[in-house]
Parts: sequence; structure tokens; C-alpha cells
Amino acid sequence: MPTATDTIEDLVKTEYKYGFVTDLETESAPPGLSEDTIRLISRKKNEPEWLTDWRLKAYRYWLTLEEPTWPKVHHEKIDYQDIVYFSQPKPNKNAPKSLDEVDPKLLETYEKLGIPLRERERLAGVAVDAIFDSVSVGTTYKKSLAEKGIIFCSFSEAVQEHPELVKKYLGMVVPYTDNFFGALNSAVFTDGSFCYIPKGVRCPMELSTYFRINAAKSGQFERTLIVADEGASVSYLEGCTAPMRDENQLHAAVVELIALDNAEIKYSTVQNWYPGDENGVGGIYNFVTKRGLCKGKNSKISWTQVETGSAITWKYPSCILLGDNSKGEFYSVAVVNNYQQADTGTKMVHIGKNTKSTIVSKGISAGKGQNSYRGLVEIKKSAANARNFSQCDSMLIGNKCGAHTFPYIEVKNTTASVEHEATTSKIGEDQIFYCNQRGLATQDAVNMIVNGFCKEVFKELPMEFAVEAQKLLGVSLEGSVG
Amino acid sequence: MSKTILEIKNLHAGVEGKQILKGVSLSIGAGEVHAVMGPNGSGKSTLAAVLAGRDGYDITGGEVIYNGHDLIDLDPEERAREGLFLAFQYPVEIPGVNSTYFLKAALNEIRKAKGQPELDAIEFLNVVKEKVKLLDLSEDLLKRSVNEGFSGGEKKRAEIFQMAILEPKLAILDETDSGLDIDALKVVSEGVNKLKTKENAQLVITHYQRLLNYIVPDFVHVLVDGRIVKSGGKELALELEAKGYDWILKAA
Ligand SMILES: Nc1ncnc2c1ncn2[C@@H]1O[C@H](COP(=O)(O)OP(=O)(O)OP(=O)(O)O)[C@@H](O)[C@H]1O
Ligand SMILES: [Mg+2]
Repeated sequence: MPTATDTIEDLVKTEYKYGFVTDLETESAPPGLSEDTIRLISRKKNEPEWLTDWRLKAYRYWLTLEEPTWPKVHHEKIDYQDIVYFSQPKPNKNAPKSLDEVDPKLLETYEKLGIPLRERERLAGVAVDAIFDSVSVGTTYKKSLAEKGIIFCSFSEAVQEHPELVKKYLGMVVPYTDNFFGALNSAVFTDGSFCYIPKGVRCPMELSTYFRINAAKSGQFERTLIVADEGASVSYLEGCTAPMRDENQLHAAVVELIALDNAEIKYSTVQNWYPGDENGVGGIYNFVTKRGLCKGKNSKISWTQVETGSAITWKYPSCILLGDNSKGEFYSVAVVNNYQQADTGTKMVHIGKNTKSTIVSKGISAGKGQNSYRGLVEIKKSAANARNFSQCDSMLIGNKCGAHTFPYIEVKNTTASVEHEATTSKIGEDQIFYCNQRGLATQDAVNMIVNGFCKEVFKELPMEFAVEAQKLLGVSLEGSVG
Repeated sequence: MSKTILEIKNLHAGVEGKQILKGVSLSIGAGEVHAVMGPNGSGKSTLAAVLAGRDGYDITGGEVIYNGHDLIDLDPEERAREGLFLAFQYPVEIPGVNSTYFLKAALNEIRKAKGQPELDAIEFLNVVKEKVKLLDLSEDLLKRSVNEGFSGGEKKRAEIFQMAILEPKLAILDETDSGLDIDALKVVSEGVNKLKTKENAQLVITHYQRLLNYIVPDFVHVLVDGRIVKSGGKELALELEAKGYDWILKAA
């Protein structure tokens, strides 16, 4: 009989089913980054001067920065001059005005991905904005949302149609000086989603953005900005996939969330960028800055993420709890298999009184994957009666992978209470055998055990997404155990 | 003579180079209850694990015929689907996995293997209701995660409950009596007895004659240092209780 370890090795094989390439004519800028590239992007997008200037300032600032080395990830040095910063499907110079103008091949791609863009095909009330390479290709349900005063459109469109809102909020939570990849994004971002929920409006449907990298050599730098005005609420979903390519592609997005008084934003991500093959060749570098500002009193921002893709993930969806009684939540499942690396976690910065934060992180490592949780809970002096609860659980599948936890806690107010719990478990051979003995195949057993492990996070996801996330987890861990 | 369900012939098995089973032979027919007794470390759980197909054991000799064909080549889940059930000495916890969901998945795997249609949630719950009565099991346990936070006795009861749902052809009970109080012992034993039919068989591993007052064996085998050194009827258990294992070793 083979030993468990042998079979674990044998079976570490993952199929990535979104790895197709769509054959579209694209219009791309030559690779390389300079002020000219940035001016080109800005011109292509017909941007106002203030935005061009903002980009240039970000770029100049970026030039003074070094790529951070503190994440526990390893990769070859990225050549920023070898990346294409702008790529869009031809022939439309600007984003298409309506879905009818969208290349049918593109629509087909989205259908393959299971995201029918056409409203008549929508079963559920999910409004979708889809970003293909760097350009937004269509936003569904725009009209019915507009009736409620909700703005949900591509970032480019928001710049044209609602410049005052963009100008007011852009960079409020993630200024271009924030970090290396945030600065890069600020300089070169090409599109993204924009969403504004006016006072007192509860968004009647889930809003959703789907990101897809298609073109070779291109980076994707999208920027998402969501503002929930006083008393407003919205639930937002983000999904992403990319073709299989041998080279590594950079995805450096910025997401900013702003919740005013009594507003609530729930942001859910199922990240499934191409993770690279079983030898660690190719895959997306997912270096993302996501941050929410609970600006108003009683506001709430909740991040839920299921991270199964990418060669390297580097992201810390965070909450700045400025308003009194505001709440921040972070629910995360991060899975690494083969040679994937993830360094992910959150920052909860308590500034207002009676602010509360909850962190539930589930890291799953299989193959030779390395998974780190990195989190900061910071209680400022002003944050009387702040509360935090953190729970970080790691699960190891096989014995060549790693799990690491880096919790940082800074408390400057003695009335605060901070609780941290952490566990690491190995997916037990005895658990798998127990399931086998009841008739369940090993892969089903692993899925069941891992899904059980992630239950607290999955229950935070909107129903449809939860089902997708469970399936994805199954695919990601396919063959991780014998 | 009844139909043979399990035939173990001169089985040798070990783990990490250590020989544990040193030539075990045992034949179990339909409708029979066999008890295996023996001192700590004699290889009882190893025998159960090898029969159930646990990874990591080296079979170094002998053969095992189950249902008329070789058992050793089958994966553990294939054995389970063919009706081999092991009630664990130490049932594991599976956090976050609902017991009912787990059992339904297990039963449906077994049904699929038999070519029977899978049960949906409602049909399954009807099966559960029926069996809950049999074992006097609190239905609350089924709403919880598999074995998570169960007391020692509850775990054992839950094992027998699974057995009741899955209706195995051969059930191996590894020290199901340990950790049970007297009342629970009665309930569990009665459950096991009710599950007995002319078509199936039970292999009961225990240290104590006490259990065998409730689950009355047709045969008792004494396993010492990886070998069955004596077999007999139910009175052998009483004799062991009175005289200890030394007596057998001297006699052998
Ligand atoms: N994985 C293992 N590695 C090394 N030795 C093992 C392993 N598993 C079992 N053994 C040894 O094999 C022997 C038989 O163990 P087993 O668990 O089968 O005994 P048992 O008869 O069930 O005992 P008990 O009555 O205490 O349950 C013991 O000496 C035990 O230490
Ligand atoms: Mg034992």
C-alpha cells in the first residue's frame, strides 16, 4: 500500500478551467512606463487635467519608492518596463456605449466564465460591470439602478459623467502615497468600477464586477471606488479569472470603500486568477490594496474574500474605523496549492469610540504552497471601548506546505479589548480515513473537511457566491491529497 | 454451514517495519457474532485497521477474502461501499461538517455503489427518524458537526447510529463499550443486537466480558502478540475474565 505522503505528491495536480484566451484584436500601448505612457493613457481616456496631474504626481512619487520586501513571498524581480500598461479590445477607442457595441467574442468569453452580461439572461438580480484587460465592457442593469439614483458604471465613465464625485473621493482612503503598488496603480490605472449609493438608499440588488485579464504581457490596474452615502447600503461582488500563460502577469488594483453615517458596505471577492501550473510556472501576481473607511458614525464595512487563484497574492483588505460605533469585518479564506504563495490579512484601525472589528481568517495550504496571515489591530488613543476579536486558523494538507501567522496588535487605549485566537491543524489522515471508511472518496472527504473548516467565512457570502466558492475550493484542491 | 462473509488466512501485517499481526486466521459466516479479546497492544485495533484498509500498514503475508473476493486491493471507500463498517475506538471530530450532511453523503455513496437511487434530504430524514428511535439517540447530536465536542459516550453512540443508517454486511466494533456507562452500554448493545440479521455479521473487539453479556458472541477469539492463540464459545470470555490472559499463554 502506498503511504499517504506518496499519494499526496502524486496527486497535486490542478486544472484551471478558465485558462482560455479570447482571440480579439487589441489596441495596446508599447510596453514600458514613463510620463508619456501615463499621458497616453489619460489622453486615450479623455481625462480632465486634474486627473492627469494626479497620475503624474503618483508616478513621480512611485519613482522614489522601492518595491516592498516585507511580505513573505518570493519572486523574480518584476521588470516594470516590460509590462503593457494599456490594452483594449479594438475597434472602440473608448469603452463601448452599449452592450450592442461590445464584440460578440467578448460576450462569449463572459458566458464561458458563467457571467452572462445580457440582462435578459440574468436570472438573479446581480448587476455586473465587467473589466476585460483594462477596459470596462458593459454595465448591466444601469437603468433600473439609475431610477434609485444609484450610480454604477465603469470608472472611466464616472470620470466623464460624475467628475465632482470622483474628484472628491478618489484617493481619500488610499492616497497615492500609500504604498508602492498603490502608487503604481494611481499612475496607470485604466479602468475599474465606480459606485455611488445616495442617501438613504438600500441598493436593491447585488452589484458585481468581473475582472478578466486576456492580452499577453499586459498588467491589469483597475481602480474601484464605492461610496455609500448616509444611511445607504450596498453589497458588492468581485470575481476574476485570467488565461493560462507561462509568464507572470501583474495585477495591481486599488479598491476604496467609503461609508458615511449609518451606511453599510459589504464587499465580497472570489479571486480565481490563474495560479500558475503545478511547477510554479506562470500565474498572476495579485498585489492589491483594498481599504474601507468607516467615515460616519454607526457605519459598517465588511470584507469577505475567497482567494484561490494567483501565483502570489499580497493583499490586506482593511478598515479604518473613524466614525463612532462603526464596525469593520474581515472574513477570509485563502487557499494555496502547488507553488502558490499568499500573504494576506487585514488591518483594523480603531479611531472612533465604541468601534468594533471582527477578523476571521482561514488559511489552507496544500502542495508546496505558502500561506501567511498578516494582520494589524490598532487601537488609537481616541478609540474608547474599542473591541476586536480575531481568529486565525490554518490548515495544512500534506507536509511540504507552510502556514505562517503574523498578528500585530497595538493598543493605545486601556478601555479597549482585543482577543486573538489562532490554531494550526493538519488535515488529518485520520479524518480522511474516517470519511473513506464511511464510503466517501478521498477528494470528496478533503472537500468536505476543508469546507467545514471554512464554514464561518462561507456563511458570510451571498448565496450564489457561496456555492461558487465551495466549488472553486474543490477545484483548487483537486488532487491535493491521495 | 452459513455463507462465509470474511475469511482471513494467515495474515501478517506491520507498520513502519514493526511486525504486529503474525499470522491471523479467522472465518466469519453470515449471521454470526465474533468477539476478539486480548491484552493491550496485542494487535486488535491493527487487525480492524487493516481490514478497513487504513493507509500505512504493510501486508506482508496471507490473504483476506471478503464477499468472495480479495479485500486487500480495495481502497477503504470501496470496502465501505461493499458493506464493511468500522466503529472506531477513537472516532475523529470533523469540525464544521454537519453530521446529517455527512451521513447522507455516506449513505448515498453506498447506495450508488449498490445501484440504488440516491436519497434526497427528505427521504434521508425519514430514515434518520426511524433509526433514532432504535438507539435512543438525541437528535440534537445530528445537528452538530461530526463528533465535534461529543462526550466519549456520545461518540460511541454516534458510531453505532451510523452503523444503523449504513446497514453494513460486516460491522467491526472496536472497543465500542469503553467509555460507556452502564445504561449507555445497554442501549448501544440493544441497538447492535437489533441490527443483527441472518445476512450480516459482527466482529466485536473488547476487553470486557461485560459487553458480551449484552452482545452474545457465537465465537470468542483470543489475540495475543499478533496471533489468535485460542478460540471458543462464549464461555471462553468468562474463563478469561476469571483467570486472565496468563492462563492461556501458559496453556498454549
Ligand atoms: N503507527 C504505529 N507505529 C508504531 N507502532 C504501532 C503503530 N500502530 C500500532 N502500533 C503498535 O502495534 C501494537 C498493536 O497496537 P493495537 O492498537 O493494534 O493494539 P490493541 O490490541 O488494539 O490494543 P488496545 O487494547 O490497547 O486498544 C502496539 O504495540 C502499538 O504500539
Ligand atoms: Mg485497540
